[in-house]
Amino acid sequence: MSIKQKINRLPVFVRALIISVVFAVFLVVVQILISGGTISGYISKIIILVGINMILTLSLNIATGYLGQLPLGHAGFMAVGAYTSAIILRAVPADSAAALFPVTLIAGGIMAAIFGLIIGIPALRLKGDYLDIITLVLGEIFRVIITNIDSVLGFDFTYGARSLKNIPKVTTFIGTFLCVAITCLLIYTLIHSRQGRAILAVRDNEIAAESCGINITLYKTLGFTISAFFAGIAGALYASYLGILNPASFGFMKSIEILVMVVFGGMGSMIGSLISATVLTVLPEALREFESFRMLVYSLLLIVIMIFNHSDKMKRFKTVAIDKIKAVFSKKAVKGAENEQH
Amino acid sequence: MTTVIGQLINALQLGSIYALVALGYSMVYGIISLLNFAHGDIIMVGAYAAWFIMTSLNSFLPFGAVAAIAVVFSILICTLLGAGIEKVAYAPLRSAPRLSLLITAIGVSYFLENMAQMIFGAGAKSVPNIISIGSFHVGKMTVSWTSAITLIVSVISMAVLTVFVKKTKMGKAMRAVSEDVGTAQLMGINPNKTISLTFAIGSALAGIGSILYCCAYAQASPTMGSMLGLKAFVAAVLGGIGSIPGAVLGGFAIGLAETLVSSVGLSVWKDAIVFAILIIVLIFKPAGILGKKKIEKV
Repeated sequence: MSIKQKINRLPVFVRALIISVVFAVFLVVVQILISGGTISGYISKIIILVGINMILTLSLNIATGYLGQLPLGHAGFMAVGAYTSAIILRAVPADSAAALFPVTLIAGGIMAAIFGLIIGIPALRLKGDYLDIITLVLGEIFRVIITNIDSVLGFDFTYGARSLKNIPKVTTFIGTFLCVAITCLLIYTLIHSRQGRAILAVRDNEIAAESCGINITLYKTLGFTISAFFAGIAGALYASYLGILNPASFGFMKSIEILVMVVFGGMGSMIGSLISATVLTVLPEALREFESFRMLVYSLLLIVIMIFNHSDKMKRFKTVAIDKIKAVFSKKAVKGAENEQH
Repeated sequence: MTTVIGQLINALQLGSIYALVALGYSMVYGIISLLNFAHGDIIMVGAYAAWFIMTSLNSFLPFGAVAAIAVVFSILICTLLGAGIEKVAYAPLRSAPRLSLLITAIGVSYFLENMAQMIFGAGAKSVPNIISIGSFHVGKMTVSWTSAITLIVSVISMAVLTVFVKKTKMGKAMRAVSEDVGTAQLMGINPNKTISLTFAIGSALAGIGSILYCCAYAQASPTMGSMLGLKAFVAAVLGGIGSIPGAVLGGFAIGLAETLVSSVGLSVWKDAIVFAILIIVLIFKPAGILGKKKIEKV
């Protein structure tokens, strides 16, 4: 029996206990290492960024992996959450910012969810590529609005292209990873609930789902809104992580970056999302010493991995290679058995 | 009145550039259902090719000859690049899921942008105007030759393209493959060749577009392709993606809307307004203005 099967046989609460103990140990150890100075400030910043990207990837995974849509404007929802939280945090006294942060996080999430709802209802009427395009375009509209809203309002609200500065930096390592854990838990329970199964059914076959009495519009909008909610949370964390917000950083390229993370991890896979968010956040940082080459290498890796994973020739090559390796091993096994007999 | 007509000419100039680029998006989407994100960056490469010839050969040859070489060279580079990208990056993924093809296209787009940034630096290069003949008068109006030639060149290219797709055997093959690859193959059409051809033609149009863009804005920068590409793409969707007259119509509509918004002093909002138009059109006509509505079979 493999380890995986053994783990799956354990009762749910034991599994939950094991996971939470492992997670708590991880939190404590890394926190001690950070405050002890073993992990440098630079690396601890990257670790927090990994956590934020994990939430972003998980949130987009709801819309792509579970709902089967392909929104290309996810950075827009992130921006809504980031600006909501940042504006509230700047308005409150600085000493209470850390205590209020959980509230502003949720406020950012809810604001993003409201925008997701408003946009989702008309956008989800469209199918396939048209939905991708409309979300892409909406993300860009968000960006333009955030850049230029001040001139319409007549007072400084988002500070547009001049950047929203002096946001209290209250995002901590523990806070970020608690959010990651809560996000995982909520998404996991959602997908295993009645509503989650309805969402999966819509992904698998809309027409079949509809004929089973599932309200497609309702569940599509639900999935989309929840996806936007978590993007807003990630945005709020990001705002207090950087301490400065500029609308240019929430452009179309940011959305693509998140999408690439989801596709790398495998759509609909939670573990995959976590791993790919880690790898794709650390990789550009690790390549930083190559300076101008690093984005070049990143883009080449994207192309090569896609071709390697999906092209017919490569698939054939891989099966042949695996067969050969297996043949080598089985020969050895046979020989070993023969030797034992002698 | 003259300002209105002047703005209209600007709109037509901008619109025809968008239309040329949108045609490439539309043709590629029509044939393999791929949103080719690298298309905008092909324009960027074309612009750099023109800049390279214009500045390096300037001292050896007379201006007219240099300009002619620059035009031919940059169209050639774009065509080869488009077809090459298709062969290297998209052809192995013919049977792969739609999303992996999309990510590959994004990868190619990143690659071209960063390559250009590495070779030419992040700053913009100023491209000498290829059509440096000044302007002419129509009544009281002053029309620059750049605008006139842009319009004429794009109308001619679109007409040639339409004739090619409608009347020639290869155009017929293209239409057949975009309708149904399997059946087209049974009729003796080589889909791989046809798809390569589509990419080559789309990229050649992008090459023409890049020359016209350089004439209008006189600069080349590594990221110029992304916004231009996005707008052209919006134009293609607005007109109904996959349809040639749709792409042209969409291009001119976007050009007109953008010029109109800028001329009333709201130029910072022009991107948002252009995109908002797309959303409104898509909500009421989900397949675009000239797109065919697909009937879903259960």
